[in-house]
Amino acid sequence: MIIYNTLYNLKNSKSLNHFIIILRENPITFFAFLMLFFFLITAIFGPYLVPYDPLETNTKIALQPPSIDHLFGTDNLGRDVFSRVIVATRLDLTISVLAVLMSFIIGSILGSIAGYWGGWLDIFLSRILDTIMAFPLFVLAMGIVAALGNTIENIIYATAIINIPFYARLVRAEVNIRREASFVHAAKMAGNSEIKILAIHIFPNTLPPMMVQVSLNLGWAILNAAGLSFIGLGVRPPTPEWGIMVAEGANFIISGEWWLALFPGLWLMLAVLTFNLLGDGLRDIFDPRKRV
Amino acid sequence: MLNVQNLNVTFNTRKGAVDAVKDISFNLKKGEILGIVGESGSGKSVTSYALMKILDNTGVIKANKLIYSGIDLENASEKEMMDIRGREVSMIFQNPRTSLNPIRKIGKQIEDVLKRHSQANRYNAKQKAIEALKAVKIKDPENRYYSYPYELSGGMCQRVVCAIALACDPRLLIADEPTTGLDITTQKAVMDLIKDLITSRNMSSIFITHDLGLASEYCDRIIVMKDGHIVEKGITHDIFTSPNHPYTRKLVYATPRPGKSIRSLLHSQNKNKEVQHTIHEETLLEVKNLSKFFPGQFGPVQAVKNISFKIKKGECVGLVGESGCGKSTTSAILSRLIEASEGKIIFNKNDISTFAAKNFSKNSIRSDIQMVFQDPTESLNPRYTTRQSISDPLKNLTEMNSKEINSKVIEVSSLVGLPLNLLDRLPHQLSGGQKARVGIARAIVLSPKILILDEPTASLDVSIQAIILNLLVDLRAKLGMSYLFVSHDLHVVQLLCDYIIVMKEGVIIEQGNSDQIISSPKEDYTKSLLAASPKPPKLPKTS
Repeated sequence: MIIYNTLYNLKNSKSLNHFIIILRENPITFFAFLMLFFFLITAIFGPYLVPYDPLETNTKIALQPPSIDHLFGTDNLGRDVFSRVIVATRLDLTISVLAVLMSFIIGSILGSIAGYWGGWLDIFLSRILDTIMAFPLFVLAMGIVAALGNTIENIIYATAIINIPFYARLVRAEVNIRREASFVHAAKMAGNSEIKILAIHIFPNTLPPMMVQVSLNLGWAILNAAGLSFIGLGVRPPTPEWGIMVAEGANFIISGEWWLALFPGLWLMLAVLTFNLLGDGLRDIFDPRKRV
Repeated sequence: MLNVQNLNVTFNTRKGAVDAVKDISFNLKKGEILGIVGESGSGKSVTSYALMKILDNTGVIKANKLIYSGIDLENASEKEMMDIRGREVSMIFQNPRTSLNPIRKIGKQIEDVLKRHSQANRYNAKQKAIEALKAVKIKDPENRYYSYPYELSGGMCQRVVCAIALACDPRLLIADEPTTGLDITTQKAVMDLIKDLITSRNMSSIFITHDLGLASEYCDRIIVMKDGHIVEKGITHDIFTSPNHPYTRKLVYATPRPGKSIRSLLHSQNKNKEVQHTIHEETLLEVKNLSKFFPGQFGPVQAVKNISFKIKKGECVGLVGESGCGKSTTSAILSRLIEASEGKIIFNKNDISTFAAKNFSKNSIRSDIQMVFQDPTESLNPRYTTRQSISDPLKNLTEMNSKEINSKVIEVSSLVGLPLNLLDRLPHQLSGGQKARVGIARAIVLSPKILILDEPTASLDVSIQAIILNLLVDLRAKLGMSYLFVSHDLHVVQLLCDYIIVMKEGVIIEQGNSDQIISSPKEDYTKSLLAASPKPPKLPKTS
């Protein structure tokens, strides 16, 4: 009964209709959401779907090319590359989603404050963010992980910190242009406090452009985490992770075992592509003006 | 000279083809000024773009005949059009600031068009550009040649745009709302200039406007458009004195002019009689020696200089002036959105200037002073439904529960004539007039004692303006509110207000009862404001 009610509500909700219209209008968005769905399923159920244990070694079948038994072949320790690629999805997505979520929240708060109140607060915050942006970001992330320690949490923190300035700047600009809009004056006349005006009247209006940033950033965060693992920081072997797998596989390309690096690289590329294509669709979904 | 027959313009959009202009035909004779009048969305601008072939890629032009002095414009190639534009036909656009390149000196911009059409070479371009500036009566053209657009006022920019349009002596000038957004005295100056230049050069012109009054003063013939169709065409005088089509009649009646009552703007059979409002002797709001300074690049700028006035309970006071006169600053101070620099605001015997503007939202007087904003689109939160917008003040400033709020919202909506099925729509799903009603409903939902109206009808079409003004009159009689009506248009103010204050450069230069200000203004500035507004021909007796 409860399920039926929820389904009934969903069916009649304007948001869902809007979502379906957006998907129908734009085949690329539809494709991106399909891919996202695929990645989410593999991230959640990955370990139960794969044919082999991703950590199980078997030197007898080491470095075998792709076949029916091992779709993506096996690596130098005889582990199944397909199982490792699928299982790695959860870790890579978790790192990027958590990192982006953190930088989105912190960046939004800092940017809103700087954009709404302005003055010395704005100058102070903006200069700090400019300083962060002045570093080569990947090197900064390397430094943070190296200093804090080689753990998955620290990869998340490092990725979040280097992304904060992008969110803060975008929110600051969006809040700034709406600060003097007459609907904000009207909200003041309606007795809203300053914080309330900022939080419920101005900030939600910055969401559409923010969504583009979020989705591009998700792809970028995956690359960043993989990059850190590639150079040996962050995730450690034998944990399956796309970056490490590419790094390990790279050694075998010269001797002809291309499947070791290709498949994790391909998955990495598809994940980044998915998030990059998602941007426009997400923006349209969060923009009420697109509703008909 | 120009012969247009069965012109159609269609835009191919994602939701299928949209016909913007349907089957219109007209001619233009040499030396004639043709007015195209219509409200927003009537296809008047699209028609002019089609003549110049500067439509978007999605726009498709189809016509039986589209001939300009022997040249078939419909089949002309882009290269041929480039030779025609500027040389034979030129255009003046709506917003002078955006039609000039902001990072090029204006003299250079005039030279561009001269050189393009081989009217000048490297050696005499500058001299010819200065001549063009002289022709549009810009003072000190030798020095202005080096100015950037941002250094000029709106009226000056429009003169420069005219200079560019007329530099190559075209035979046809298309002016698309050339004075919208300009002050009324500037509007008159610019229009007079265009008219002089056109007649002295024996050019033809198509003048596109939403303002019937303005068209009547400058055009020989008028075409009235609605939804892409021509509903009526004829000699200017005839259109005014004997409009045939009901739509034209509606437009003609809705145009404010001296000696009209507010009800006569509406052209419907069943208009009820105007209800008189009562003005009490008691003073509701008193402004004493109010001043406002803004920090500027070269020291503080005084936007409002020591002004004083009173608003009685139930009275409607009009605050009139051109842009930059301090009227918007005054209304923002009175609504406690910004702090006054000096002076007192006594509201109901309390000096409200002592409460900080920042914390005024928590003050109990907040609900007594409400405001209706200029742009109905911008003043509504794009993510809020009508219901959310109207109920927002109730949630913050009253103790009502959701049931009471809901019934109050419905009550106010019907008061302002907003159909209840619009309550769950978002602003972009509403028309301009509906958005204006939402803005008014939100302002009166708290039953304020005074309503500050900051040019509430400036961005609306005249027919909707007529309806909104009448709504305001009804509301005032029903709810007994006082109004402070801020506007640049004396004729609109006179319709609604009992008392008028005229401001110029931050100073009140004249104030008095409406009739007295309109019939016998004392100050020259007030006289020039009255003289500058367009005077449409007298109407025939209304039924």
